Amino acid sequence: MGKSMTVRRLNAWYGAHQVLHEIDMDIEENRVTAIIGPSGCGKSTFIRCLNRMHETHPQARVEGDIRLAGESLFDLDPVDVRRMVGMVFQKPNPFPTMSIFDNIAIGLKLAGVRRSSELRDRVERALRMAALWDEVKDRLAKPATALSGGQQQRLCIARALAVEPEVLLMDEPASALDPISTMRIEELIEEIKQTYTVVIVTHNMQQAARIADKTAFFYQGHLIEMDDTTQMFTKPKDKRTEDYITGRFG
Amino acid sequence: MQQRQAFDIALKELKLKLLHMGGDVQESIRHAVAAVLKHDKALAERVIERDREVNRQDHETEDLCIRLIATQQPVAGDLRRIVAGMRLAVDLERMGDLAVDLAKTALRLTAPPAPDVAHHLQEMAQAVDGMVSEGLNAYVNSDPDAARRLAEMDDAVDRDYRLLVERLFADGPDASGTPQERMLIAFCGRYLERIGDHVTNIGESVLYILTGERSDLN
Repeated sequence: MGKSMTVRRLNAWYGAHQVLHEIDMDIEENRVTAIIGPSGCGKSTFIRCLNRMHETHPQARVEGDIRLAGESLFDLDPVDVRRMVGMVFQKPNPFPTMSIFDNIAIGLKLAGVRRSSELRDRVERALRMAALWDEVKDRLAKPATALSGGQQQRLCIARALAVEPEVLLMDEPASALDPISTMRIEELIEEIKQTYTVVIVTHNMQQAARIADKTAFFYQGHLIEMDDTTQMFTKPKDKRTEDYITGRFG
Repeated sequence: MQQRQAFDIALKELKLKLLHMGGDVQESIRHAVAAVLKHDKALAERVIERDREVNRQDHETEDLCIRLIATQQPVAGDLRRIVAGMRLAVDLERMGDLAVDLAKTALRLTAPPAPDVAHHLQEMAQAVDGMVSEGLNAYVNSDPDAARRLAEMDDAVDRDYRLLVERLFADGPDASGTPQERMLIAFCGRYLERIGDHVTNIGESVLYILTGERSDLN
């Protein structure tokens, strides 16, 4: 089962530039939460804070409280945090020199899985969960780069799921994909929320409306409004939300 | 921004289409009532003929709404305007059908109604006409107060209808006109009362556009 996250008074900076201001948010377990907002509004920074990736940037700084099922992320080893809170990026980034199998096995090996039978089982489980198994089961030794863009992205999702995180962060996971691949990723998100908590950044309003249970609108580093997705897309409370989702700016 | 401009123009077009349709339907209702009161068969025929145009406007409005949903994927206020626009067109089209029902009744009558009954019917028709005007005003001016006023106006129309029917059947066998004619006039009252109900739906659609909330004005 996925776990919930709570964010309180989160502020983040790049150098002197503050990119997030006093963000409070409750992310419910086993739900899909979409983060929307115009470019530069801080949405990617926000999800990078959720697995402590933001602070890996040399000039980055973060203040505030982020908890995973009640436990502060800042009391944990960052490596453990990133295992519990996985991430998938906009552009599929499989390890180019590795086979399809090794792309997934590498994370498991680093996590201490040694027995080859267990490795095989867990690679298969991850690929099945990412709805990729049937397409690659006969060519697991082939390089990951032989896959299509959509398949590569599902491979990256499988790689993130293999280490069994509690939360999966997705930063525009379908923006570089064709409509059919996008649909498969969306179906996949719907599937995996049974087991994981999903937070997705998207520029595609319809995508947020289709797949998210909750939607949060960020603007200029502030969380303007967060509500049930249906509410957000039929009668948002804040005029800035309405203006953004109806294309009046952004 | 270009795309949004085209969308804004299309939303204005939707509003204009609905207002045009509303104006035509209101005129049809007025003519249909006049056809009954003056026993003017030629006018009744014109109302029936004109209904084709109202139906065409309904289809055109619906097509525009479907096109906007398919091409613009509207959300929030835009979505509410388009969904409510489709409902408004359906209500107006039904009001047009009721005007046709009035006109057909005018054709079935053998003489104008008796003066006292005509007076009741005319008063009721005026109240309904006021409702249609107020409903269209509420839509064009995005006026929630005007939309809510329709509930009271509809109550008054319902009272008028009751009085009309009581008047028609109060005198028993001594009343003026044949029972069949009295029934036809009672139907006219019923058609007007139904038009009033459709105007309350228009008010509800206006409130949905403005607030996103469902309301019950009838």
